[in-house]
Amino acid sequence: MPRNTLLIYLRSIALIAEKDMRIYYTKPPVLMFGFLFPLFMFLAFSLGRSADLHTLFPGLAAMFVFFVASSVGPLITPWEKRAGTYERLLSFPVTVNTLILGDVVAGMLYGIIINVIILAAGMAAFGYSVSFTEVLIIAISLVLGAFCFSALGVLLASPASTNPSNVMLLSNLVRFPLIFISGIFVPIASLQGVARVAVYCSPITYLVNSFDLGLLGSAAIPLLLGWAVLIGSSVVFVLLARTFLRRNLMKGL
Amino acid sequence: MEQERDEIIAINGLTKRFGAITAVDDISFSVPEGELFGFLGPNGAGKTTTIRMLTGILTPDAGEVSIGGIDMQKHPIAAKMQMGIIPETSNVYIELTAKQNVVLAGRFYGMHRKAVEERSDLLLQQFELSDRKDDRVEGFSKGMKQRVLIASALVHIPKVLFLDEPTSGLDVHSQRLIRAIIREMNDAGTTVFLTTHNIEEANTLCDRVGIINRGALTAIDTPERLKQAFKETQSVEVAFDTPTDIGEIERSGLVNRTEQAGDKWRFYTDDPDALAKCVFAFAERRKLSFTAFSIEGASLEDVFVTVTEGKAHAP
Ligand SMILES: Nc1ncnc2c1ncn2[C@@H]1O[C@H](COP(=O)(O)OP(=O)(O)OP(=O)(O)O)[C@@H](O)[C@H]1O
Ligand SMILES: [Mg+2]
Repeated sequence: MPRNTLLIYLRSIALIAEKDMRIYYTKPPVLMFGFLFPLFMFLAFSLGRSADLHTLFPGLAAMFVFFVASSVGPLITPWEKRAGTYERLLSFPVTVNTLILGDVVAGMLYGIIINVIILAAGMAAFGYSVSFTEVLIIAISLVLGAFCFSALGVLLASPASTNPSNVMLLSNLVRFPLIFISGIFVPIASLQGVARVAVYCSPITYLVNSFDLGLLGSAAIPLLLGWAVLIGSSVVFVLLARTFLRRNLMKGL
Repeated sequence: MEQERDEIIAINGLTKRFGAITAVDDISFSVPEGELFGFLGPNGAGKTTTIRMLTGILTPDAGEVSIGGIDMQKHPIAAKMQMGIIPETSNVYIELTAKQNVVLAGRFYGMHRKAVEERSDLLLQQFELSDRKDDRVEGFSKGMKQRVLIASALVHIPKVLFLDEPTSGLDVHSQRLIRAIIREMNDAGTTVFLTTHNIEEANTLCDRVGIINRGALTAIDTPERLKQAFKETQSVEVAFDTPTDIGEIERSGLVNRTEQAGDKWRFYTDDPDALAKCVFAFAERRKLSFTAFSIEGASLEDVFVTVTEGKAHAP
């Protein structure tokens, strides 16, 4: 029985993720805030700065991961509530946990798929020479970062709302400030005082740092510490989302 | 939880409050395997809230639910694996095709690809959707969407089927189609729990009916026995060609209650036969001509009205 339950558990996570991928990857708000927006930011920062791009790219790539991975989560639950599919989804053999993890996996895969392309293109364009270990570091960091940011996206949608545009607005209010305190545009090592503390508070910082290490060969924060922070914040985001969703199930829907 | 083997739905002390409102108030009952159970109640009585707790969508404030002997709170996934659920206000994914929706549902219950594809095709054919099965649901009518929804809930041949107002707002053809399939599933062994406003539906479809009012279960029995228990809701309805004082009939001792609608009188009685004879004698004496005369048996509707309004008027 327990093994069987675990199987059902994993299967429903996979099915929820599959459903999300089929339905939500191509929704306009996801394409807009997940893909076009960071692309414009990327272009804005790279225009006329070809000299710096070599050092800027790891940060920009991390920003891309952040935007893409966190764009799906805020949309799904409000959209399903408004479309009237949410209650039926809950009626399947799923729990709050499988719902959250399914949505997180969908966002994570979106982040990974798009950023593998971006990273590959960047590595070719800006001529990094990376060893196998460094590729491994980048790959693991990408997965951890995408999971973490996707979890943040899911968390942003979990306090009840049935209006997707409100949630998108709220999520952007959280997402935009975060990219400015993440050492994307300024090297972490050069920051002092409050700015430095702020930078340590943003989970994006730790992905920028890991990408720096993988692509440029040096980083301000130890790699394992950075990974630990990404994993730790993922756990916090998932648990918070769970608390909110559970509370909603008590209150009504 | 200790229970008899054939009770597939067991509810004990189920309670749900929303702020000051007690939507479901300490309900306990059980449904034996294979029964077609109808849950009747006026708007806001707590039907949807009850069904949501039975299906693990809403967390109860108190009480236990067990489905097929499995506690819903402790093992939600195992409990839900046995059910098919059609929520009240719910939709299928309009972005997917009819078949994709049914297949997705089946896969949630662990059906294998091939089995789920075959079963989906069969169901969509039964629901007269074969020629549209590969169209996105986006363009479907309300009744077609509801049929896709029900097909999705039946795909894994559930042991227990929960339906919250499955036929409300649909045309007669869709209603009949859906009722026929509910009955067919029930004949094949699926226990059915449905809520409805439609008393005739409950009367003709259900083995047993529970009436809920203001969150409390006020009556539960077979439709026939409920009607029996409310014998006083039998009535004699008459209309005469000229206005008359009917006080004499009312004083006959046979009439429990009188209602007037237009030129018609309705006398509620425990003994329609004796009252009919009394009315004939009365008309004879006064040289009145009947323009209408009928004897009405107790109907489930009368039971429903008596039960729910009786409660409503209590302090
Ligand atoms: N999420 C909620 N928050 C607050 N009150 C609620 C909530 N859901 C239901 N209620 C209240 O609980 C009571 C029962 O509602 P419920 O939806 O169960 O009734 P119902 O019998 O299904 O009615 P209907 O026939 O209209 O569908 C109502 O008074 C309703 O206002
Ligand atoms: Mg209802």
